[in-house]
Amino acid sequence: MLAWTIYLSFAGALVLALVPKERPALARWLALTVAVAGLALAVQGFVAGMGQGRVAIVDAPWVPSMGIHFLLAADGISRVLVLLTGLAAVAGVLFSWNIELRTNEFFAFFLALIGGVYGVFLSFDLFLLFVFYEIAIVPKYFLIAIWGSTRREYAAMKLALYSFVGSAMVLVGLLAAYATAGSHSTGLIALAHAGLPVSFQMWCFPLVFVGFAILAGMWPFHTWAPTGHVAAPTAASMLLAGVVMKLGAYGCLRVGMGLFPHGLDPWGFSLLGLGSWRDVFALLAVVGIVYGALVALAQTDFKFVIGYSSVSHMGFVLLGLMTLNQIGVTGAVMQMFSHGIIAGLLFAIVGRIVYDRTHTRQFAELEPMHLSKRLPFAAWAFVIAGMASMGLPGFSGFVAELQVLVGAWKVQPWWVAAAGLGIVVGVAYTWRAMQKAFFSDALPVAHVLEQEQAHPFAAITWPEVTGVTLLVGVSLAVGLYPRILLDTIEPAVKALLAGGGQ
Amino acid sequence: MNYADLFRTTLPETALEVAALLVLIVDLGFLRKAMLKTRVAVAALLGVAGCGAALWLVLQQGTAGLSYQSTGELLLTTGGLTAVAQVGILALTALALLLLIDADFTRHVGEFVAVLLMAATGGLLIAAAQDLLVIFVGLELLSLGLYILTAFAKRSGKSAEAALKYYLFGGMSAAFLLFGFSYLYGLTGSTNLHQILLAVSGENAHQIAPLLFAAMVMIAAGLGFKVAAVPFYLWAPDTYEGAPVPAAAFIASVSKVASFALLISISTAAMHVLEVGHAAAVKPDFLVSWSLILTVLSAASMVLGNLAALAQLSVRRLLAYSAIAHAGYILLGLAFFSYSTRSAGAVLYYVLTYGLTTIGAFGVVGAVEQATGSDKMESFLGLHKRNPVLAAVLLVLFLSLAGIPPLVGFWAKFNLFAAVLGVSAGPVPFALVALAVALSAVSLYYYLQVLKRAYVMQGVDDTPIKAHPVTMAVLVGIAAAVVVLGCFPALLSGWIESFIR
Amino acid sequence: MSGFPILTALTVLPLVGAAIALCSGKHARTVALATTISSLALALFVWTEWSRLPVYGGYGFIEQHAWAPSLGIEYHLGVDGLGALMLVLSAIVTLMSVDAAHRVHHQPGLYFGLVLALEAGLFGSFTALNFFHWFLFWELSLIPAFFLIKLWGGARRGPAATQFFVYTMAGSAALLVAFLAVFVATGSMDFPHLSLLASTGELEQMITAHLGPVTLWLAIGVLAGFAVKVPMVPFHTWLPAAYAEAPSPVTMLLTGAMSKMGVYGLLRIAIPLFGAQIAQIRTPLLVLAVATVVMGAWAAVAQKDLKRTFAYMSVNHLGYCLLGIFALAVPMAAGDAGKLASQSAALNGVILQMFNHGITAAALFWFVAMLQQRTGGHRGIDDFGGLRKPAPVLAGLMGIALFSSLGLPGLNGFPGEFLIFRGVFPLAWVAATVSVLGLLVTAAVILTVIQKVFWGPVPEHCVGFPDLHHGEKLAMAPVIGLMLLVGILPQIIVASVDPTVQYLLAHWRF
Repeated sequence: MLAWTIYLSFAGALVLALVPKERPALARWLALTVAVAGLALAVQGFVAGMGQGRVAIVDAPWVPSMGIHFLLAADGISRVLVLLTGLAAVAGVLFSWNIELRTNEFFAFFLALIGGVYGVFLSFDLFLLFVFYEIAIVPKYFLIAIWGSTRREYAAMKLALYSFVGSAMVLVGLLAAYATAGSHSTGLIALAHAGLPVSFQMWCFPLVFVGFAILAGMWPFHTWAPTGHVAAPTAASMLLAGVVMKLGAYGCLRVGMGLFPHGLDPWGFSLLGLGSWRDVFALLAVVGIVYGALVALAQTDFKFVIGYSSVSHMGFVLLGLMTLNQIGVTGAVMQMFSHGIIAGLLFAIVGRIVYDRTHTRQFAELEPMHLSKRLPFAAWAFVIAGMASMGLPGFSGFVAELQVLVGAWKVQPWWVAAAGLGIVVGVAYTWRAMQKAFFSDALPVAHVLEQEQAHPFAAITWPEVTGVTLLVGVSLAVGLYPRILLDTIEPAVKALLAGGGQ
Repeated sequence: MNYADLFRTTLPETALEVAALLVLIVDLGFLRKAMLKTRVAVAALLGVAGCGAALWLVLQQGTAGLSYQSTGELLLTTGGLTAVAQVGILALTALALLLLIDADFTRHVGEFVAVLLMAATGGLLIAAAQDLLVIFVGLELLSLGLYILTAFAKRSGKSAEAALKYYLFGGMSAAFLLFGFSYLYGLTGSTNLHQILLAVSGENAHQIAPLLFAAMVMIAAGLGFKVAAVPFYLWAPDTYEGAPVPAAAFIASVSKVASFALLISISTAAMHVLEVGHAAAVKPDFLVSWSLILTVLSAASMVLGNLAALAQLSVRRLLAYSAIAHAGYILLGLAFFSYSTRSAGAVLYYVLTYGLTTIGAFGVVGAVEQATGSDKMESFLGLHKRNPVLAAVLLVLFLSLAGIPPLVGFWAKFNLFAAVLGVSAGPVPFALVALAVALSAVSLYYYLQVLKRAYVMQGVDDTPIKAHPVTMAVLVGIAAAVVVLGCFPALLSGWIESFIR
Repeated sequence: MSGFPILTALTVLPLVGAAIALCSGKHARTVALATTISSLALALFVWTEWSRLPVYGGYGFIEQHAWAPSLGIEYHLGVDGLGALMLVLSAIVTLMSVDAAHRVHHQPGLYFGLVLALEAGLFGSFTALNFFHWFLFWELSLIPAFFLIKLWGGARRGPAATQFFVYTMAGSAALLVAFLAVFVATGSMDFPHLSLLASTGELEQMITAHLGPVTLWLAIGVLAGFAVKVPMVPFHTWLPAAYAEAPSPVTMLLTGAMSKMGVYGLLRIAIPLFGAQIAQIRTPLLVLAVATVVMGAWAAVAQKDLKRTFAYMSVNHLGYCLLGIFALAVPMAAGDAGKLASQSAALNGVILQMFNHGITAAALFWFVAMLQQRTGGHRGIDDFGGLRKPAPVLAGLMGIALFSSLGLPGLNGFPGEFLIFRGVFPLAWVAATVSVLGLLVTAAVILTVIQKVFWGPVPEHCVGFPDLHHGEKLAMAPVIGLMLLVGILPQIIVASVDPTVQYLLAHWRF
């Protein structure tokens, strides 16, 4: 059933491409229906899969002569990420309700992107995974280039090229692995058990890992992310930061670490204190956490703060992956989910609720606007989202970061210290953004009321309220009762770490 | 080979020639007074019918390939890879002819179609050839036809210039080719491919090696010209830019298929000689040299083609440089060639699907050129509003050329690179594959530039672009094929394999 | 263990009330009053019933459910005498705060919603027996407090709120890191379990085995977190600004209840887990405690703003709690009855002081609010004079509160301080002696306040100063009555607290 998330999304994209431009309402409702259907399927798949291991969904020979199968399957990690995609899709549609320019094409590209993402999370054939991974690139380009804002064409091209280069690296690794394993099959399980020589894994692993990590926003390949997120229209930013970056992390985990586990082994020598690829990538992850946080602290554009905070939070995911222990990797997957929801929420508030009304994202211009009084919904939504982003207990981020930190501590206390620094700076930049954008006392109240009379803001619409409630609710639910996800993630992580899938 | 065999073998070619003559007769004899449109339609349809007949005849010849017992005296073969290539040539010729509809660059329609069909005949000959002289005859038939076709747009100065450059280059490279062939004859005493290869891998291989190497370089130059490999590519941008649309489409697709089919024949024969003739454990020197030459051509083409395309403002020249790049990828498949890992199938798959996509691309460019008067990037501004179907076709085709799944271009690349690495997974092929993949990433940039103008940037003119219904049908059909073949790669590759068995 | 989950109900009740208040607009205060009165009733029930349960001195009303076992997170609630008393205190103080806030014009729904959320945070952290749950409510009480200061505060509320937030967050960060380390070493986040491990010395062994000789650093981290909250010198600098800029009803909450979270944390977490380490650094800690006492008192002398005066006095009073706690951190030989008696006295005094100070300080700030209201915002010590003539009831009641704060026998301020000193003198006489200075200075401050506010000439703007009206008298009477009651009969509290004190002392290991 889960496969229908993919099929429905692409079918929806096709249908939407044919909807006439003059009927935006039809396009919106159609897109929402498809997104909700996808979410319903994702939830059903999640619930049905509880307590089960890897469940095969579709296995059809595709190019038999090369051993390529259209193989869809889902283990715990896949199910969680599919659920995330469903939520992000629905929220994205809701927060794009006000798009009037070429509405049908917007939602067509949106659904195509969602379909590609579902596909990646559900593929258990390396070739198929790669196909879906690449399919997701083109809609991203158009979403940003046509409907974006600041420097959109440049940002779109940069994002597309970085993604493509990353996937080119993965393709080379994929071809090499396929050839080295005897060119029999491209199934993930088959390749994992193919006994690739350790020397081969030593260089193929970093190639594939970096290829995926580019999309995950690993420092120093992250520069596409802030530019891209800022330029993208709200729904695209939500998807980019919320889900697409997770594609990269998922690829790192499923393909990089799943197929080339020995790539993380110690080299036998030590270079500048680093003794294995694991050390290298953990270092880069930690640098990303701190760098992203520090740069976010210095931004004058609201959306850039969120963009850099995404880089910082994804650093946690990568760090969790590099701990290679149960709790750290579980934390990484939890952080993927949690950050997906929270980043979506933050971009929705900054982009849709604030920017679409104030037409500025610069703090200097937002401060005199007294948004806490003129847009109280946005202010309080941001307070809650900010709390979640800071990692306050009660929200999903706390549990995830807790797990990553504990996992990291088991390996290397210094990582924890640096990551902790990132958390502290995270509190600082979130708080600063909140202060400056919403709660600054730059002007007296009377002035504010005058402004409101002169240029009243559009009222908050029901899609916005629904979207915010949905995302906040999910983050709270996971934060207060993490077992809803942990029970699904933990067995899957255990199996993955034990070696090459079940 | 006796004449009866020869006649039977060349039935498809004969059919095409008959069609060519028929077109001439009908056009010059009966349609003198008719409108241009009618004449074009009739000529094109007759040509397509001719291609269809030839295609049927090729398939009638069966799928059975070369039987090497009698290879020693063969001039031409049928079946196997040859059949695949011939089917491809004929199908692509038919599509190129269909693009002729609505063209107004010449009044001499009958002649155009006739020359095109004759050139196609030359292509068929090349694909089937097993003898050096037959190769040369076919090549010349093809080339001379192409020079003429390029010059057909008599009102365009660019067309004439392009044709002249093509002709001069072509003549020179034909000379090189013949020179190389003459060395081969001198060294081995035979003009039959199989015999030559047997001879050069025999006992006196070491003595003749230097001369052989010289011969191979000459031949590579000659053939490299035909496929527009670096450094023999200088004719390509001008020709792609100056030739009328159907001619350019034909050059970009059919002549490539024919030339690569020839290279495949040579490589396959060489492999066969190794495995069947000698079961040699050591690769003969000539194969190593041949591989080296092709590798150099491939790498240079990939790099120059992709990098030069970045700077182009004219979409036709962009397509030319991209053609050079794609030729580079294909040459990689030929440089690391093995009989048993279906390299031939992978290369053919790539060439056929590339040809299909290119014809579609030229069709779109032609439609836009006719409506706006120029093929510069600016003409494509706002295409999604002016003709959404055309823009969608452009999107599909260009993304396929860039190698984005699930389109056929991606699969073709993947298949080819997998075949290369399957032959030899050492550092050199690996580095080349990595280079190819990296350059594909670069190519996305310039393809996106055109798509950006079509979809993203504001148009200056909103008037709808109209194209002939037949043209639109052809283009949509090609785009659909690109998508379907990409989603179900087994369709085409399975079909090709059924011939190779 | 079975039966109605009363502690969960107690924690959820203010949250429900908060949700309703948010939507109630003008009627939010009524909703808040209803909620706080019901929570007080529930808290009193817990307090009285707890003492009848069989687990003598230990935890009662336990609720325990698995939550996220792989992370050691459990839904584990329970109260002992200390916890129950804190619940009652929180309920009383919140009720007082809500009552005092009868002129919230600006977004009353949000205001009372936040106050009730804060109350839930208090209840949550006083009943939690697992770190995650405890930390959740600890952090969650921070947010409403921040916004209450930020949105309804005085002229310099921005920086005050910021400082409050930053300091408390930094302290929480230190706490979190320390607890993470404990979790990594032991796999558990459960307070009773960890206390048990600590009491046998196993905790230190496990930490050393897993992480190296860092137990002392962990103890310092934990102490730092609480030191900010109490506050302890030198982490107290956020307090005067926050207390002064917050609206008075909010200050009541801050001083009455939130500061107790810090002391409670020391008693529930720091001492049980890291008693031995604290004993190692007892002397510097005592120095800081004494500094808090003395510094608080001296600083109070210099203040011109009544709120700041009382703020520093709070610091001083809480310093006694710190004094008592650190003084009793001495390794005890078995059977040393005298020391045990001193420790009991100190601990009983600390707990009693927590309660009494909460009530008294809240009352004092309530009175300041009254003064502000009646004079259009004035709250400087020199702004008033001779108020005993126009407002005798106000003067009388406020006087009682002030004397209680001074520690006059017969009022509730005395027993706590007396017990603390009685316990501390044998255990750390130097510290005790120096702290007596604090007592003297405090006396001076309070007498000065009384003299300046209630005696002397009446300034112009105070002519016609209205006295307390019925509603206010009704509100304040029980509180004052409580002060008198506890002052005269402290055993109503000590009696139910003492079993817990004995239990804790028996299980703490220094």
